[in-house]
Amino acid sequence: MSIASAPRPRERRRGRAKVVREAVAASPFVLPSLGLFSLFVFYPLVRSIWLGFHATDPFGRREVWVGIAQYRDVLTSSDFRYSLFVTGQFALYTVIGSTAIGLYLALLVHRRLPGILLFRTVYTSTVASSVAVSSVMWLLLLNPGVGVLNYLIGKGGLPTANWLTDPKWALVAIAMTTVWMNVGLATIVILAGLQNIPEQLYESARVDGARPWDQLLHVTLPALSPTLLFVSVVGVIFAFESFGQIDILTKGGPLNSTTVIVYSIYREAFLHYNVGLASAQAVVLFVIVLLLTGVQFLAAQRWVFYR
Amino acid sequence: MRRQKKLRRAAVRAAVSVPMYVLLVVSAAVILFPLYMTGVDSLQPISKLLTYPPDFWPEHPHWSNYRSAMTDIPMPRYMLNSLIMATVVTVGQILTSTLAAYAFSFMRFPFRNALFFIFLSTMMVPWEASIIPNFQIIQRLDWIDTYQGLTVPFLATAFGTFLLRQHFMTLPRELKDAADIDGYGDLRFLLRVVIPLSRAALATLAVFSFLQAWNQYLWPLLVTNDPNMRTVQIGIASLQDQEVQRTNVVLAGTVIALLPMLFLVIAFQRFLVRGLTAGAVKG
Repeated sequence: MSIASAPRPRERRRGRAKVVREAVAASPFVLPSLGLFSLFVFYPLVRSIWLGFHATDPFGRREVWVGIAQYRDVLTSSDFRYSLFVTGQFALYTVIGSTAIGLYLALLVHRRLPGILLFRTVYTSTVASSVAVSSVMWLLLLNPGVGVLNYLIGKGGLPTANWLTDPKWALVAIAMTTVWMNVGLATIVILAGLQNIPEQLYESARVDGARPWDQLLHVTLPALSPTLLFVSVVGVIFAFESFGQIDILTKGGPLNSTTVIVYSIYREAFLHYNVGLASAQAVVLFVIVLLLTGVQFLAAQRWVFYR
Repeated sequence: MRRQKKLRRAAVRAAVSVPMYVLLVVSAAVILFPLYMTGVDSLQPISKLLTYPPDFWPEHPHWSNYRSAMTDIPMPRYMLNSLIMATVVTVGQILTSTLAAYAFSFMRFPFRNALFFIFLSTMMVPWEASIIPNFQIIQRLDWIDTYQGLTVPFLATAFGTFLLRQHFMTLPRELKDAADIDGYGDLRFLLRVVIPLSRAALATLAVFSFLQAWNQYLWPLLVTNDPNMRTVQIGIASLQDQEVQRTNVVLAGTVIALLPMLFLVIAFQRFLVRGLTAGAVKG
């Protein structure tokens, strides 16, 4: 084949034909996914933004263009700000809880001891438990009258609580459920991070006479910081996307103390039929998650976020 | 002499390990406690569930609760719905992402990199933020209370495409050259060469897709009203709300819903870990 010596115009035409042929060949491979993404991700995203510019009547039928008024209302309304505050608080509790416990569990099973695989399996087993299963299980433990949690707390001489009906405790109770649910995932990722730390780092620390505690503080944790950051950001994103445990345990109450953003969107759209307002809230959620993902990408390029 | 030394060292190590094992066992007990209590209460008569103090051991286990879960509440139907939904989603995701990942790693075509970036960008859109228009689409298609409504929006996955592409890129380029010389088309090369070499990556994606689909909550809650179309997650959540007098039976149902996933996670732990840490690419 002497393509190189062929006259230029013909080569270009052949090049164009080749591009078309390549595109045709690739289409059956790429189009199924691209079509589904267009219909169920990109179009809905654009339509959410569009719906946010429209007010809906109580039956969700007529749509009236209101410009950015609805977005302004969402961002200035005390209800939505409160739900942002609740979500932030929820993110704080769950991220600190699952990262700290996940780190502790991963450190426990990091060393190769006989039988350690069994413990690894146990600690990571909660990933199997769905949000519905976990919530139903915890509902039982959290029961103020006959639940085990209050029983044990009472035995310990501490004051018991009406976990799910006291505005002071409801979010904490939901956070406990969520931490239990997510801790398996955190443990898996942190353990993988621990096992990626090169052994030489520990060796040189030992040569310098570092004791186990010093090694943890000055070798393990710094080397693990990208992993911990990754786990935390993913945890924050999970918190901002939480819904099931709230729907099952508290339905946003008491006194809106557990109305996180997604629950608020769900309530506006599917219980109050205020589709426009709910869409504006959904767009705000999208922007928040986008920013968080951006932070993720920028701060830790070693780890790539995925779902 | 040497053996003695060795033995002593082993003994020392074991002694040092004792507090470690105590911590391991106590932590395992704490983690498993909610599961354990659910198991205990699923075997109790309902009267025991409503009395104080709570029991930590079922004195006379009521195994009949499990039979009731399969007959008095529609657990078999819920399980079937979940099984169909999760299977369709898993098969669909594997098909679409294998094809796309193949194109992104072995084919040359215009806008390839831009398209790959567009694929990845879908991971930044939280499903919850686009749920209203998605619901409207399903409603307009008249797909409420159908398996299409439960599954079609999830048949493509950027994560799966990314995961498989990561693996396909590690396959030697010479394979493709040899296949070209042998006159293999893309589809034949994919089926005969790439897929057989990618069983582990495909298994990872399958475990992930199935677990995620089976455990979904918000979407099946929105697109199913008919009790016969409920998935197991929606089923147990609504039953524990309505059947207060049969909480023990609902808990037996909860255990039944959890067991297949627990089995999946334990049996395919290796693949699960690989998938969860797939993002950990050293730069």
